[in-house]
Amino acid sequence: MSELRERVAALLAEHDPATTERPDFLRARFDAGLAWVHFPVGLGGLGLPRAEQSLVDELLAAAGAPDNNPRRIGIGLGMAAPTILAHGTDAQRARFLRPLWTGEEPWCQLFSEPGAGSDLAALATRARRDGDDWVVTGQKVWTSSAHNARWAILIARTDPDLPKHAGLTYFVCDMTAPGVDVRPLRQLTGEAEFNEVFLTDVRIPDTDRLGDIGDGWRVARTTLMNERVAIGGRPIPREGGMIGLVARTWRERPELRTAEAHDRLLALWVESEALRLAGLRLRQELAAGSPGPEGSAMKLAFARLAQQASALEVELLAEDGLRYDDWTARRPEMVDYLGREPGYRYLRAKGNSIEGGTSEILRTIIAERILGLPVEPRVDKDVPWKDLPR
Amino acid sequence: MTDPNLRYTDIEDDLRASVRDLLADRAAPESTLARFEAGEHDLDLWRALAELGATTLHLPEELGGQGASYRETAVVAEELGAAVAPVPFLGSAVLASAALWHLADDDDARALLSDGGAVAVLAVPLSTWDSTAELRVDGGVVGTVRSVADAAAADVLVVPADGALHLVDARAARITPVLALDQTRPLADVEFTGAPGTQVAGSGPDAVRAALLAGAGILAAEQVGLAQRCLDITVDYLRQRHQFGRPVGSFQALKHRLADLWQRIVLARAAARAAADALTTGVDVPVSVSVAQSLCAAVAVQAAEECVQLHGGIGMTWEHPAHLYLKRAKASEIALGTPGRHRAALAPLVDLPG
Ligand SMILES: Cc1cc2nc3c(=O)[nH]c(=O)nc-3n(C[C@H](O)[C@H](O)[C@H](O)COP(=O)(O)OP(=O)(O)OC[C@H]3O[C@@H](n4cnc5c(N)ncnc54)[C@H](O)[C@@H]3O)c2cc1C
Repeated sequence: MSELRERVAALLAEHDPATTERPDFLRARFDAGLAWVHFPVGLGGLGLPRAEQSLVDELLAAAGAPDNNPRRIGIGLGMAAPTILAHGTDAQRARFLRPLWTGEEPWCQLFSEPGAGSDLAALATRARRDGDDWVVTGQKVWTSSAHNARWAILIARTDPDLPKHAGLTYFVCDMTAPGVDVRPLRQLTGEAEFNEVFLTDVRIPDTDRLGDIGDGWRVARTTLMNERVAIGGRPIPREGGMIGLVARTWRERPELRTAEAHDRLLALWVESEALRLAGLRLRQELAAGSPGPEGSAMKLAFARLAQQASALEVELLAEDGLRYDDWTARRPEMVDYLGREPGYRYLRAKGNSIEGGTSEILRTIIAERILGLPVEPRVDKDVPWKDLPR
Repeated sequence: MTDPNLRYTDIEDDLRASVRDLLADRAAPESTLARFEAGEHDLDLWRALAELGATTLHLPEELGGQGASYRETAVVAEELGAAVAPVPFLGSAVLASAALWHLADDDDARALLSDGGAVAVLAVPLSTWDSTAELRVDGGVVGTVRSVADAAAADVLVVPADGALHLVDARAARITPVLALDQTRPLADVEFTGAPGTQVAGSGPDAVRAALLAGAGILAAEQVGLAQRCLDITVDYLRQRHQFGRPVGSFQALKHRLADLWQRIVLARAAARAAADALTTGVDVPVSVSVAQSLCAAVAVQAAEECVQLHGGIGMTWEHPAHLYLKRAKASEIALGTPGRHRAALAPLVDLPG
């Protein structure tokens, strides 16, 4: 611990946050191993337990150092980085992780397709080998932040003759490559937060393949596992989420109060507090090296409570709950569930039970993997992908 | 505020294992069912728990306790809830113990607390949360308290009357067992007609308040233990029960219901651990306890109701233990404040006035 303090002090001494440019400071922080201490030495970390990161963050924040705006680059930090670390070559790790962490190169996730969402492994985007390259053609959809992304994690089908899980390969895709066409897709909030991404003969060098040919599903599971951990897994203070906003409205607008809304508010407050405690408990278990399966409960409960709390707030607000702040097709820099006005929050929360795996799929996963209930009949498991009904 | 410790320590895991062993041996569903019919405590089991030290864990050693904390007592409560064991744990080891501990400067309170042999029971209705029965002192204690948990097992009654606690020999009161919704936690009406008692020095209402906070917090752990057990036996049953040529547990409608229940148990467990930790550290006690009680009570009822429904006809029978869980869960939801009362109690504490 004291060694970690010394490292932070040395970084601050050599790169005074008051006089150092933000990107320079972030690069220096990465090189000092203080980006994510649980990563290996040389890749922004020190090989320490993940729990020790909070000390570094606190010390740097107290010294007025800039951060990497983690919410803006959540897909890179939460999904691409752990996947590259687990499955990438040394060259790939060295090339991608530093600008990913500093935010100089934002990432997006090219997984879902019009015909493959919950059933992601059924995806149809094709990658064909051509010399040292792969040539990729297909359509991705619901791609958050593709309009800001420099790189993407991508799954494509390299062998349609194999069953669906077996014929997939995982790539890193340059979003500036010829043939990548990002088109805004408007959400029910009015914003164009996500996109359609058309890939037409996009050339990806084989050196940007992540993992073995045909091993894409295994690699993707690393990404998906981390996605679920990333959602709802951060420390928050009491009243830190949606409930805090409703509570504020309740306190500031006594004329809106009714007995019925009061009990609903308190019930949501209780569950939100319990969710916060469950997240804390999960992190304590992780820090002690004995993580339980509770992470899967987090996202399910988070989505439900965000939806119920935001719904209560628009109801409470009556005349104001009927209004909306902005229907223009804005292109947000990042997603903020808690941002903007109550109407936006109510609508955006609907996505919480769809993005990153729907709540229905999550319930099935919990029932089968955690509770050990019998699996659903899987009629498509051993059939060559090309023969599946579509 | 520093974070509460919400994990189970290795010591707590060991404690759980030994209590679970004992209960598997001595409180199997068939024997608990027989006790239910008779509405009686299993005092042999109670003594065996006492020998393990499981009934005085949170008390300091100089008061005859184990010098552990409410965290360990909560682990025992989880196991007792999982077994719906008919022992006077809540009325005696939690409620009376907490009230007496609060006034342990008093010699008589201390002596009673340290007396391992005597069962003391707090004479309040089990449904009490923020008010207690109106008992008077007029020569001796006068008045009636209905639906007192575990009173039938009492050697000494700890009686709140006229602003103080009074220690009354159980033989000096009229204790009438009543038929209870949950006969695994037997209830009795207690009538005092001038029973002589020893007055304990210190504020009775404060001691009762401390007891109810400890009781509601530990009851939350009991409810989590019960909910988890209901989920476990339901999952086991649905894995082996076949209809339509497949295990019924492979039908998605049921899988999703149980996944939702599991998810709520995860939240309830975190809340119950936080309450046990708060009782231990003394930090944030009223909020932690009311959060835990309003959530865990409801989750236990949900779990028990799912257990009955998803067992089908067999879940409706007297032979199957599902009803023991249902009755304990429903009675516990009413006990020491319903979820609605705890939410109402929270309102001023978290600045959400009605
Ligand atoms: C706001 C938002 C952002 C997103 N961002 C990205 C992104 O950046 N990158 C990316 O790749 N994807 C992204 N997604 C896509 C998301 O992962 C998919 O929408 C999701 O996995 C569901 O797939 P689908 O839309 O095809 O729905 P479908 O799979 O067609 O599901 C339709 C309905 O059927 C239910 N269902 C499906 N299968 C089953 C089953 N076996 N049992 C029970 N019910 C079932 C689903 O729960 C759903 O209710 C985003 C989605 C949203 C809403």
